[in-house]
Amino acid sequence: MSERINIQKTYKLYIGGKFPRTESGRYIKWADKKNSTVVNICRGSRKDFRNAMVSARGAVSGWSSRTAYNRAQILYRVGEMLEGRRDQFMAELTLQGLSKKQAEKEINQSIDRLIYYAGWADKFQQIFSRVNPVSLPYFNFTSTEATGVVAAIAPDDSSLLGLVSIIAPVIAGGNSIVIMASESFPLCSISFGEVLYTSDVPGGVINILTGYRSELIDHFSSHMDVNAIIYCGDNEDDKKLVEMNAALNVKHVIQFPVQDWAKDQHQSPYHILKCQETKTTWHPIGV
Amino acid sequence: MALEIQQYTHPIDQVNAQERVARLFSRSIKKESKMQALHLALSMIDLTTLEGKDSEGKVKQLCYKASHLHDKYPGLPNVAAICVYPNMVPIAKKSLDGTGINVASVATAFPSGMADIKAKLEEVKSVVDAGADEVDMVISRGKFLSGNYGYVSDEISQVKEACGKAHLKVILETGELVTLDNVRLASDIAMEAGADFIKTSTGKISPAATPPVVLTMLEAIRDFQTKTGKKIGMKPAGGIGTAKQAIQYLVMIKETLGSEWLSPDLFRFGASSLANDILMQIMKQTTGQYQSKDYFSID
Amino acid sequence: MKKVKTWEYSPAPESTDHIQLKDKYDLFINGEFVPSSDGKYFDTINPSNEKKIAEVAQAGKADVEKAVASARKTYDKTWSKMPAKERGKYIFRIARLLQERAREFSVIETLDGGKPIRESRDVDVPLAAAHFFYHAGWADKLEYAFPGRTAKPLGVVGQIIPWNFPLLMAAWKLAPALATGNTVVLKPAETTPLTAMKLAEIIQEADLPPGVVNIINGAGETGRHLVNHGDINKIAFTGSTDVGKYIMESVAGSGKKYTLELGGKAANIIFEDAAIDQAVEGIINAIFFNQGHVCCAGSRLYVQEGVAEEVIAKLQKRMDTLIVGDPLDKNTDIGAINSKMQLDKIKEYVKLGKNEGGTLYQTSCSLPKKGYWFAPTIFTDVSQSNRIVQEEIFGPVLAIQTFRTVDEVIAKANNSPYGLSGGVWTDKGSKIYKVSQDIRAGVIWANTFNKFDPASPFGGYKESGVGSEGGIEGLSGYVNLV
Repeated sequence: MSERINIQKTYKLYIGGKFPRTESGRYIKWADKKNSTVVNICRGSRKDFRNAMVSARGAVSGWSSRTAYNRAQILYRVGEMLEGRRDQFMAELTLQGLSKKQAEKEINQSIDRLIYYAGWADKFQQIFSRVNPVSLPYFNFTSTEATGVVAAIAPDDSSLLGLVSIIAPVIAGGNSIVIMASESFPLCSISFGEVLYTSDVPGGVINILTGYRSELIDHFSSHMDVNAIIYCGDNEDDKKLVEMNAALNVKHVIQFPVQDWAKDQHQSPYHILKCQETKTTWHPIGV
Repeated sequence: MALEIQQYTHPIDQVNAQERVARLFSRSIKKESKMQALHLALSMIDLTTLEGKDSEGKVKQLCYKASHLHDKYPGLPNVAAICVYPNMVPIAKKSLDGTGINVASVATAFPSGMADIKAKLEEVKSVVDAGADEVDMVISRGKFLSGNYGYVSDEISQVKEACGKAHLKVILETGELVTLDNVRLASDIAMEAGADFIKTSTGKISPAATPPVVLTMLEAIRDFQTKTGKKIGMKPAGGIGTAKQAIQYLVMIKETLGSEWLSPDLFRFGASSLANDILMQIMKQTTGQYQSKDYFSID
Repeated sequence: MKKVKTWEYSPAPESTDHIQLKDKYDLFINGEFVPSSDGKYFDTINPSNEKKIAEVAQAGKADVEKAVASARKTYDKTWSKMPAKERGKYIFRIARLLQERAREFSVIETLDGGKPIRESRDVDVPLAAAHFFYHAGWADKLEYAFPGRTAKPLGVVGQIIPWNFPLLMAAWKLAPALATGNTVVLKPAETTPLTAMKLAEIIQEADLPPGVVNIINGAGETGRHLVNHGDINKIAFTGSTDVGKYIMESVAGSGKKYTLELGGKAANIIFEDAAIDQAVEGIINAIFFNQGHVCCAGSRLYVQEGVAEEVIAKLQKRMDTLIVGDPLDKNTDIGAINSKMQLDKIKEYVKLGKNEGGTLYQTSCSLPKKGYWFAPTIFTDVSQSNRIVQEEIFGPVLAIQTFRTVDEVIAKANNSPYGLSGGVWTDKGSKIYKVSQDIRAGVIWANTFNKFDPASPFGGYKESGVGSEGGIEGLSGYVNLV
């Protein structure tokens, strides 16, 4: 009996709810340690980023106007879909160098983290909003509002959990995001795009690019329509570049050092708050 | 007089109005009541063609469709009227002779309304002379939005006079008025000034007729009747393409104004593709099968 | 041109052939359905036609003890030891399963209690699912809910719920109790046990550890055994003020905590500058929704004199379009009164109202011969001293008064031993803030009425109760803050 030839996967980008190839047509050869599996990853360009930004901006108004309950349910569904695709991610994580046990732990934590943030989507407003006792006859209240479009450089050392840990709190808060996947371990990122696609997440709310950090970080941090930039890493030059570029339109800058995303202390409603504006409103009390 | 109306008009809460709409739209219209509604809706249609590329040939064909909606199925009513541009009135009149279907013409620099009052009145007189049974005018939205309600009201009164025996429908272009408060005020002004019908839209901009707007206008008509005893008609136009939408509006009429308004004398749908969707629903009700567009003529 | 004399809606019945209902339901204890120790059953009937739907096991003292023992054992051995986030996942499962079986639950709720299918389909079931979903997310986040304090579960809680929103009240009670780590013994109302029994099936499907939730049926006596059981840490009760007071007396000296959600006689206030048409709709929602079987119903209308005539005229016309009839018909607005007992009570109050000199207006709808029905009713020419203005009727009966100034209406609104809710209708923002500040009630609806959300706390002042349900405030009733 002859051996069955399998259909090899094409890794594309995830932009606007679709899976386009990079407009640059260029690729990065990714190989596992043994060099037995070689995959062509899209080498994302500044034009891909530009297109993703247009999608993200187009999507954020609708996403932030949905009810918090709806966002919570969609995030929960992402968890459901990821749970259903354990095997696919096991294969990719072990291919990228994790042991079976490590891979299983990473998948479990990624799913649980999605559920964690699904549970915050309709609650964080209650702990971060308040009525303020001003000394005049005014009803004064402070509430949170999504900051808008967030650009993010995902942690490099984690293929799935790092990506999920950045995306989930950002969209739980009503923002949209354009995220650059890990350069060293890119495989799970696009597969995660497939999970998002089947989870009722509207196109454009989450956009995932692969490529070289060095080619994209300048564009990610300098784009004038980005409201907040998230950088994960320890490279001092990169950090400084991000901060300098943020000054161009006064973006919020959020930086995470290299850290073990598996630890529970790295999930928190304060990560949601980082991409929120706060608004305080006054209204007279009287007849 | 416009000032009087403002003092009389209550504010309108948009969120609550939307909830009332949703409650009305939860009505489930089935079986006999659905069939009745479908027939009724057909008889209320103003079959409309208002395009720059309209020609005599196009209008003739549309007029034929107006009284031959689906000859294979006996017992269907005719539509209420054909609605065309002023220069098409003569050919429409000739084509509809003997059918009992009215000819409605737009006038007053439709759709923008941006013209001198003299020119508008001349246009109205000319369509009435050409035999139009109904005139659909547009209000001056710019004047309304800048607070010049007196101008808006006067214009309507003058057009009404120029209409003679023809019925006057006043198009508010609610999409440009934006708020329900404005829709209510415009409705009241139009009715006080002599409108026989108030109409939502020209169909040339989006949004056209929306459910909360229609509800607001029906409530204005209801209160006008309470105040004056007069019954004014209502016409939503634009964006009504399905039988389901039409039936939802019939529910809205019934529960806001009562069964009296369920008549082409007091309610019209300004639509073009609605007729065929209603026909398809009638066939589905009759045969039990979902229908295909291929079986219903398009003109 | 055709004219239609009147266009009536044809019957549009919701189909019932897809639902699964047993003839007999036993007690749900320790994850299983078991008969009561003395083998007693009672009937549950459909109030729209008085027909029996099923038999339900009646819990006696021994059964209550069994249920509490199971809850305690499971608390000690399993539930209190489970990581919080895993606990949350069970509650998420319940929410999702309820969403999947939504239509079946809606139909059964309507059959058992008499409320229109449109309400159970569009309001009761979705809100119940939302309640479980919202609270599931709190399980592993309690450290953020109470600054400076650690929230610890109480242990075993006893819960007694009413018949007006059977499934929703079960959700309001179970969800926060479970999310905060407690185990539960729940007693549904005796006229509406069925959706709770179906919920027990979902609890089994969700694989919730046996004993975490126990559901026992019965009437007042069963409730008393539960309230007086020595090993309960807390009683949560929704129902009449009289029973609430009885519970407070029963637990006095025992150290048991309690939250009570009791009766109400809410003032619904319409100012001259209100959006009048929408306010009229608000009156309808406030008193006729759910046949008026709502503790927070806007049963006292105060309308500013300048618009009173217009409001009342519009209200009467709107009432005339309300459809009273078969709860399973999708077009029904007003369903059946829940029981003969409640119907008799409503009739008595209406008779009293007439004797007290009130002017009655009732819609002229035809009522079915079998079943328990009452047409929407309003009384004008009544005042604060009328008993029908002071006492809770719990039916589709509205008492209407006029007022002239803000101070007057606030004083009258507060002039009641109740304080559950209130309504304010005005277009003026500052007036909303002032009036809502001055009305002594736990829930104020401004330019709306009868709106509920799991994130929004609900609870009363004065004799309307103690404690809240929903939001962070609702969680606090189920924990010790150390």
